[in-house]
Amino acid sequence: MNYFPDEVLEHVFDFITSHKDRNSVSLVCKSWYKIERYSRRRVFIGNCYSISPERLIARFPGLKSLTLKGKPHFADFNLVPHDWGGFVYPWIKALAKSRIGLEELRLKRMVVSDESLELLSKSFVNFKSLVLVSCEGFTTDGLAAIAANCRFLRELDLQENEVDDHRGHWLSCFPESCTSLISLNFACLRGEVNLGALERLVSRSPNLKSLRLNRAVPLDTLQKLLMRAPQLVDLGIGSYVHDPFSEVYNKLKIAFQRCKSIRSLSGFLEVAPHCMSAIYPICGNLTFLNLSYAPGLHGNKLMKLIQHCRKLQRLWILDCIGDKGLGVVALTCKELQELRVFPSDPFGAGNAAVTEEGLVLVSAGCPKLNSLLYFCQQMTNAALITVAKNCPNFIRFRLCILDPIKPDPVTNQPLDEGFGAIVQSCKGLKRLSLSGLLTDQVFLYIGMYAEQLEMLSIAFAADSDKGMLYVLNGCKKLRKLEIRDCPFGDAALLEDVGKYETMRSLWMSSCEVTLGGCKSVAEKMPSLNVEIIDECEQMEFNLDDKQKVDKMYLYRTLVGHRKDAPEYVSIL
Amino acid sequence: MVTDKMVDYPQFLNLMNKEWLVNHKVSEDKKLELRLGPPGEALDYNRNTTHGTKRAFQHTAETRTGEKEWPVDTTKNQCQKISCIEKIGDKVNLPPTPWSSGSTIYSAFSKDTKEEPQHSKASFFQNLPVSKKLAGMAEDFKQPCSPRMAVGEVQFADGKACCSLATADPDASTNITSNKRIEYSPVVGWPPIRSFRKNIASNSLSKPASESSNDKDTGGKPENPKTQLFVKINMEGIPIGRKVNLSAYNSYEELSLAIDDLFSGLLAAQRDPSATQNESKAKESAKAEAGPLAGSGEYTLIYEDDEGDRILVGDVPWNMFVSTAKRLHVLKSSELSTLQICSNEKEKAPFDPAVHI
Repeated sequence: MNYFPDEVLEHVFDFITSHKDRNSVSLVCKSWYKIERYSRRRVFIGNCYSISPERLIARFPGLKSLTLKGKPHFADFNLVPHDWGGFVYPWIKALAKSRIGLEELRLKRMVVSDESLELLSKSFVNFKSLVLVSCEGFTTDGLAAIAANCRFLRELDLQENEVDDHRGHWLSCFPESCTSLISLNFACLRGEVNLGALERLVSRSPNLKSLRLNRAVPLDTLQKLLMRAPQLVDLGIGSYVHDPFSEVYNKLKIAFQRCKSIRSLSGFLEVAPHCMSAIYPICGNLTFLNLSYAPGLHGNKLMKLIQHCRKLQRLWILDCIGDKGLGVVALTCKELQELRVFPSDPFGAGNAAVTEEGLVLVSAGCPKLNSLLYFCQQMTNAALITVAKNCPNFIRFRLCILDPIKPDPVTNQPLDEGFGAIVQSCKGLKRLSLSGLLTDQVFLYIGMYAEQLEMLSIAFAADSDKGMLYVLNGCKKLRKLEIRDCPFGDAALLEDVGKYETMRSLWMSSCEVTLGGCKSVAEKMPSLNVEIIDECEQMEFNLDDKQKVDKMYLYRTLVGHRKDAPEYVSIL
Repeated sequence: MVTDKMVDYPQFLNLMNKEWLVNHKVSEDKKLELRLGPPGEALDYNRNTTHGTKRAFQHTAETRTGEKEWPVDTTKNQCQKISCIEKIGDKVNLPPTPWSSGSTIYSAFSKDTKEEPQHSKASFFQNLPVSKKLAGMAEDFKQPCSPRMAVGEVQFADGKACCSLATADPDASTNITSNKRIEYSPVVGWPPIRSFRKNIASNSLSKPASESSNDKDTGGKPENPKTQLFVKINMEGIPIGRKVNLSAYNSYEELSLAIDDLFSGLLAAQRDPSATQNESKAKESAKAEAGPLAGSGEYTLIYEDDEGDRILVGDVPWNMFVSTAKRLHVLKSSELSTLQICSNEKEKAPFDPAVHI
């Protein structure tokens, strides 16, 4: 190692791209640490409060791409109050002040203001790529700034954000000179867009590979866009409602036939199911199909569509597909790796639903299945055991039975055995979400078998502290643990506080932990921030240590207490 | 055989409570041992349960014989298969046979009850005596579901059983094709889906009529009527909002009363925190509040439409309101003058709102 000049080592390190590997490399020795840090271009920060922008900049002066995540996962389900935190502005401000030549920024669950976007757009000459996932706090004005100022923008990808849509003009802000776009996704915007500007933009973007439209883009515009961009690889259709006998529809059919490169199809934010046949020509090449926004598509029309998709690797669908429909998937999509079945009617339970049957069918027909998100009416141990046997390759297994404490309806037993079979069989399981009636037993199994588990989500489960203890003791690679409505108390929380330093974060809400318990953790572990989220402000009136804490979120950090917490958050 | 219905469930519960409390201490230490058995060993809650379980499993398998797709081997052998994993130390030998030729299946239902596990019989029901205050609620639950659900009730502190997540009648649930519609009262954050997915079904139903008439072969299934249109509603001064199903009402009056109901409990809780301890007390105080809130003019109802504008409730016909309202706010009437309100066409004086609650 001493015999190579730094440049050679740097060149070697260029081939090491995974964050984990890079982190390992930096630990080898001082000189490797130094070389690695100067040559690092991409940094991933899983919790924006674990480190400060200043320290990031100090260590990685050559940074080009930054990924930041803010709020805890349960924020997606409205369990985290609105202004809890996760502001990106301080990061952009610090980066702008420095000499960092930022080119890519990827944010998840962060609060992004228009001010931040504007500062971003003006501070980095070579800025190329902005990806915002599940973020909020900005309007289309911020997007206009990005469009107008980022001269070399390649990617603007907005996924499931809450955007205040001031309608239309932001698209026109892309200058005529902007011809570098590769990816444009604005499906989550609710307002009108300037269709003419959109067409012109697409026309002058020969490298455009990914285009995801919002609901406001009608079919005739879609047809024109496809004619101008037959090289598209990823298409998100906005509105797909039209008269099958119209001229537009005929033109659309022709357009689809020209698009030989489309591998990924999503959107259908509005759909008329009898017009799906226009899409058949591209189905045969699809590897990703997302129909999870289209409840209008079901029954035979949906079956026919699926039957054309023989190369599908990822399918996102609504439960109106039914067990029968999943049977068709099982017969057709032999390459399937990822399946997500979302509920179309989350608070009722009519005929539009899937059960354990559908899952078993898919597991039997699709041996490559490794990632699952499945919302269903019910699940049985027998089915889970069968699935475990059929698909031992699961990396992600997220099951959500709509009634959260429902037992196996056939045997009336808890689902411990079924999930036990999953963790035992799937040795590479990294992410698991449980539901249904569950006792401590399932956690015993998880602790015993889930050696690679990194993220675990638990709700309405377990009988006692033992459940949590089994997991904390057994899962050595656990990084994120999120728990709601379980009878875990201080005994479990305090058993091994050192464990939390090996994890990114722990969320516990509506459990049995008390204020005293949380204080104890904070006292013993100064490297953790222990946050109590108290929306009702009960804590103000009643500082009794025996008081149960409604929501606790703790995470390891190198920079101590954050300064931007709202009033109802106390950091112990 | 374990029957699907626990007919004498409430009495059984009480019995188990006492037994559990007695057994708990004795078996506590043993239960704490980390047992390294495979899944399946610890299955036997009691012998009867196991047998019943196996029979039920067989039953399931047999009913499926007719269906080609069911991959479970339906030969008689399956329930006699012993779990494949004997000890942790042994190499795990899952049968390599593909599912279709299934000679062995991975069965966690071990035939032999090797060691009676230290789980007491009541382990399934251990859910129930979660805390003393909830034990009293056990009686209310006719279905085998955990009164942990009642925690949500206590939290919300109003009379409504907002967590009445009773499982379906087990008979009905084994017959999945029954048309029984099971309604779940919403628990905060459940099911775990993003907000925009919650109204997907109802949002799609705004297709123009010409489209649906051309839709011939959707299996003849009629579109569900718009029975679920949940919108958020926040009351000024109360940090936690509620959700209200607009399509459940037919007039502004009904809505007004319902909103009254929703928040009176919370208001009572705010004024008197001790009222949250006891469910029945909360019910009483909720009733007491119902009178004063309604018609007092103290609060005003505002909605946000699909363009994001805030409008006083009551200006437009009820149906139009339902189709455009995306969010509701209950504001103190005294605060109205400080707000920027846009009312449809007519200019109303800020202190004279269309709908009082």
